[in-house]
Amino acid sequence: MPLQPLPKVPSGVHGLDEITGGGLPRGRPTLICGGAGCGKTLFAMEFLVRGATEHGEPGVFMAFEETAEELAANVASLGFDLRRLVAQRKLAIDYVRVERSEIEETGEYDLEGLFVRLQYAIDSVGAKRVVLDTIESLFSGLPNPAVLRAELRRLFRWLKDRKMTVVITGEKGEGTLTRQGLEEYVSDCVIFLDHRVTDQTSTRRLRVVKYRGTTHGTNEYPFLIDEGGISILPVTSLGLAHRVTNERVSTGIPRLDEMLGGRGYFKGSTILVSGTAGTGKTTFAAILARAATERGDRCLYFCFEESPDQLVRNMRSVGVDLKSPVKSGTLEIHAARPSTHGLERHLVTMHKVINQRRPDVVIVDPVNNLVRVGTLLETQAMIIRLIDFLKARGITTFFTSLTGGGDDLEQTDIGISSLIDTWLNLEVVKNGGERNRTVAIVKSRGMAHSNQTSEYILGARGVSIADTYLGVSGVLTGSARLAKEAEDEAAARVADRAIVRKQGERERRRRQVEAQILLLREGLDADDADLAGAIQEGHVRLQAETLRMAKSRPAFVARGHRGKAKGPGVRKRR
Amino acid sequence: MSPVRRPASPGTRSRKWRATARRDVRRAGALQYVLKLYVTGLNRASGLAIERVRGVCETHLQGRYELEVVDIYQKPALARDEQILATPTLIKVLPAPLRRFIGNLANVEKVLFGLDLREKR
Repeated sequence: MPLQPLPKVPSGVHGLDEITGGGLPRGRPTLICGGAGCGKTLFAMEFLVRGATEHGEPGVFMAFEETAEELAANVASLGFDLRRLVAQRKLAIDYVRVERSEIEETGEYDLEGLFVRLQYAIDSVGAKRVVLDTIESLFSGLPNPAVLRAELRRLFRWLKDRKMTVVITGEKGEGTLTRQGLEEYVSDCVIFLDHRVTDQTSTRRLRVVKYRGTTHGTNEYPFLIDEGGISILPVTSLGLAHRVTNERVSTGIPRLDEMLGGRGYFKGSTILVSGTAGTGKTTFAAILARAATERGDRCLYFCFEESPDQLVRNMRSVGVDLKSPVKSGTLEIHAARPSTHGLERHLVTMHKVINQRRPDVVIVDPVNNLVRVGTLLETQAMIIRLIDFLKARGITTFFTSLTGGGDDLEQTDIGISSLIDTWLNLEVVKNGGERNRTVAIVKSRGMAHSNQTSEYILGARGVSIADTYLGVSGVLTGSARLAKEAEDEAAARVADRAIVRKQGERERRRRQVEAQILLLREGLDADDADLAGAIQEGHVRLQAETLRMAKSRPAFVARGHRGKAKGPGVRKRR
Repeated sequence: MSPVRRPASPGTRSRKWRATARRDVRRAGALQYVLKLYVTGLNRASGLAIERVRGVCETHLQGRYELEVVDIYQKPALARDEQILATPTLIKVLPAPLRRFIGNLANVEKVLFGLDLREKR
């Protein structure tokens, strides 16, 4: 028979179920403890309200400190309408007033009155969840703690028997989790809330101190309270198991696409653009945003330096129109000073907007401004969570990171490079009285990419990447590049002229040779003519001689000698 | 016509309100006691408490008290409305101030003192 895991109920508090692996223990009490103002009551209330509205489990709220009216007013700001829930019989609130000054102990007593009221409230709504907030105030209101302790023990037994999932709140004590040692009675699950201020920024944190019978995240998790209730981070799964795609998205700069294997970034990858001040990081981000919106993708731009209007105006000066995508709603710019909130509020705000808008591209400009709010470690943790969250949704993420002037340029402040898929480094090259901008691809996972540092120019029509000129001392930029270009052009012209000259020379030579050939041929022809003349002359003389000899010795001319004497020439002529 | 001062607007107060006011005045004059005892069923503690509160009333408040015994098992809504927490609870509704006595009333001295029936020693 398979082992039955501990049954749990969804707490309804964002993120808590991920940490506890499913929620709070079903049918058992859970203690929420912490100092004043750490959010215990809200936590408990959210547990009830979510249970009633989302999980079909009505609840009872036994309030020992605030009246039902006060509670309703306090949680209205979180969007909880208690009056409506009470009217719908999904929630029962019972305010237990304990006034020490009017109470006189006259003998043995028990807390049966509380039990009766609890039973009555549970029956009135068919409750599955109970909150006691905070039962410790009984200790100050009622005499004889020994009786009280015995009765509390009985109360928790009683609640367990009724299979109520209970949340009890308790004030933090000196050196103990709660002042009255409630943890003694509630030993199934203890959650500790903390509200501390570091460097003038307050952070709320949550820790699961113990959870009997189950594994749980043991870290301190930041949480925050806003108009949507309590949100605990991480809101996402903690694994590295996101799916990937081979789809590519354009950078918006054709030559940069070329440098990235010809097709741009991977969809759903994380891109970092680092660089010193004034290198054009925001421009790169804006161009990506425009390219995305032109494709029809939705883009979210989190801006920590400029207001949306300022961003739109400034990008217009480099020919990047952000106004029309903003108008059409495909681009949303969210601007906030990093110091406005604590880190986790920023993160939760981002999560919330991203969940609402479901963008394809998210830009955070610049990501390391957030370091000012938290410590390096916290920021890093936050960014890891953000990246995980975005990756899980297949959202292309574009971070810019401002590198300090003196720092190693390839070392980003927050050390997030290992999380980054494609990293572009923008640099300013100071040379010959100029500051010229170069872009290089530090890394780009999963694609062939250019190893060159290329100069780019911010013009009225955005970013254009210039041809690369490598000089002796490296890449040539600015005027040096222009000079080199001019030099190359001159050299080319010289070479062209040399070829034309060579061609002329060759033509001349050809003509010379042809003339010589003609001359020689003419000489030869003349020789031929001479020779023919001479041969002719010879014949004539021979004939004449033969004739003369024949005349002088006619008898001698025998038949047999006739042919011989005549010769071939004579014969031919016949 | 005698110069009796009449209320400025006699119709503004309900008959019930005037009746209650008259009763309160009468009770205050006689130091009428209104006591309520909340118990849970008929257990030993309840029995003891009922017995003792009856005894006190008969001894000290004869003829000028009203005692109501409520079993909150039967009327749980009353437990909520009357802020009953511990049982048994005796509430002195009148005369003011309101006072709650919790426990089985074994300490009669405390009860008498709380009911203003005994001077401070």
